[in-house]
Amino acid sequence: MPDRPLIIAIRNLVKAYRRGGETVPVLVDITLDVEAGEFIALMGPSGSGKSTLLNLIAGIDKPDGGYLRVDDVDITALDEGELAAWRAQHVGFIFQFYNLMPVLTAFENVELPLLLTRLSAAQRRDHVTAALGMVDLLDRMDHYPSELSGGQQQRVAIARAIISDPTILVADEPTGDLDRKSAEDILNLMGRLNRELGKTIVMVTHDPHAAQRAGRLVHLEKGVLNNSEQ
Amino acid sequence: MMYWLKFVLRNTLRHRLRTALTIVGLVVAVLSFGLLQSVVDAWYAGANNASPNRLVTRNAVSLTFSLPLSYREKIRAVPGVRRVAVANWFGGIYIDRKNFFPQFAVDPAPYFSMYREYRIPEEQLRNFLRDRKGALIGRKLAETYGFRVGDTVPLQGTIFPGVWQFNVRAIYDGAQPTTDTSQFFFHWDYLNETLRVQAPRRTNQAGIYVVEIENPDEAAAVSQAIDATFRNSLAETLTETERSFQIGFVKQTEAIVIAIRVVSFVVIFIILAVMANTMAMTARERIGEYATLKALGFAPSWVAHLILGESLAIALIGCAAGIALTYPVADWFAARMGTLFPVFEVKSLTVLMQILAALGVGVVAALFPMRRARSVGIVEGLRSIG
Repeated sequence: MPDRPLIIAIRNLVKAYRRGGETVPVLVDITLDVEAGEFIALMGPSGSGKSTLLNLIAGIDKPDGGYLRVDDVDITALDEGELAAWRAQHVGFIFQFYNLMPVLTAFENVELPLLLTRLSAAQRRDHVTAALGMVDLLDRMDHYPSELSGGQQQRVAIARAIISDPTILVADEPTGDLDRKSAEDILNLMGRLNRELGKTIVMVTHDPHAAQRAGRLVHLEKGVLNNSEQ
Repeated sequence: MMYWLKFVLRNTLRHRLRTALTIVGLVVAVLSFGLLQSVVDAWYAGANNASPNRLVTRNAVSLTFSLPLSYREKIRAVPGVRRVAVANWFGGIYIDRKNFFPQFAVDPAPYFSMYREYRIPEEQLRNFLRDRKGALIGRKLAETYGFRVGDTVPLQGTIFPGVWQFNVRAIYDGAQPTTDTSQFFFHWDYLNETLRVQAPRRTNQAGIYVVEIENPDEAAAVSQAIDATFRNSLAETLTETERSFQIGFVKQTEAIVIAIRVVSFVVIFIILAVMANTMAMTARERIGEYATLKALGFAPSWVAHLILGESLAIALIGCAAGIALTYPVADWFAARMGTLFPVFEVKSLTVLMQILAALGVGVVAALFPMRRARSVGIVEGLRSIG
């Protein structure tokens, strides 16, 4: 019996891509549980299916078979519109290349997910200020992404990811585009979010150093879950 | 909504050079469209200014054949007719052939009683009526050639040979901005008496009769009655409303009018292609951003409306600038054309068409990129980043 409630439950998940007439299996019979407040790292060589698994967990891709529940919601049964609403409420995204809107300031980028809520402008401002304070970027709130370093942009992206208090944070190579110092800062920040705020984080990484910061490592090899280490 | 507008406007200004060049293209297209439509309107101005209670009676064979002067009293006797005036096209040349303006020899008293839209100072009208060689000219004509009351204007006759001297005795203004004030009128009696000496066989002939009727609703019946009066005579007549008569002239050059209309729409089609290309490039470059927005939970329609908003913003900026330029350019064009286009104005309908054309371009140019942004998969779109 797990110590904490299950937040992600994956059973016999299957995903394949079709190239021409050929079917290429990407994920084969994946079964995985993630407890609330866990920080897990998905590792594996290129093409092992770790990003695909992350996309399925985040609800931006659909499996071909199997079962995937997040916070007791079977997301494989949701249609596109329901999935979009579900993502807005339950998933915070941290991308390798930050994926900030270049025409919006740091403040406006962080505010973006809150436009999908019923919060007033004043309430949004309070939330954004708090989130930017958490990533220590209050003094850069009026800066555009092009005026920020890579590390600062990723911190803005993290503030955007946590602004709507999602159930899970999914991070795809969050330090892949950063120098060592900035990467360390980002991993520290993610660690704090996990420890202090109890955020459940699923992170894909190539970097063993980054993976060591997670509470659990999950290895994928050719679409198959090999082992899981604490 | 404010956030969305801010997002759209900043996206619009993202590639300033590309946006500026597209807007310049739109300005040129909207301006050209407006000018070409105004040229077409100017072509039809005579017909549009025609009065419903005026008829024109001409020789049934052709306008180049005249009618006997004796018809004047017979037409006046037709029930429903209030006034009749003779009018002859003179076709003279003022110094050079390129100085074209319409000249008519008319029965002054009945003629100007019918054309109440010509505003003539009373004293000048009296002076004109007293002077056998007097001329009454429109304000636009006077301004184009610098004619003033008291000037003598020589016209080289083409239909009626010789050099004819006229004294400008009156200048009329239009009751409406659309009233034709590019015309030159003189006494038909002067023409007829001169011909009596020079070419006696051409005397007592009317080019057309302008007929004022009591009731515009009876135009068809009165026209038939006039034509019936002269059936089986040596010079049968064809009577029609002044509007039909003017349209008949326009129809002779209808191919040009159609060509102008087609060109005006081709211009819009070309800018549509340019704009569609701009929006397609824009959307292609931002597929990753659209995918990110969709990943964050924004609906595909919200993302698509970002593209539509940007396209409409560019179209409306270009449209506003194009319309603002249309008026001064039309004024300049009208001045350069002199009396070739007696009435040249940018109508409200033309401006409305410019706005609709720009809106149409904005919407159609955004359709394909909107569809692409809506349909692109999030994973596929995110792959384009990096």
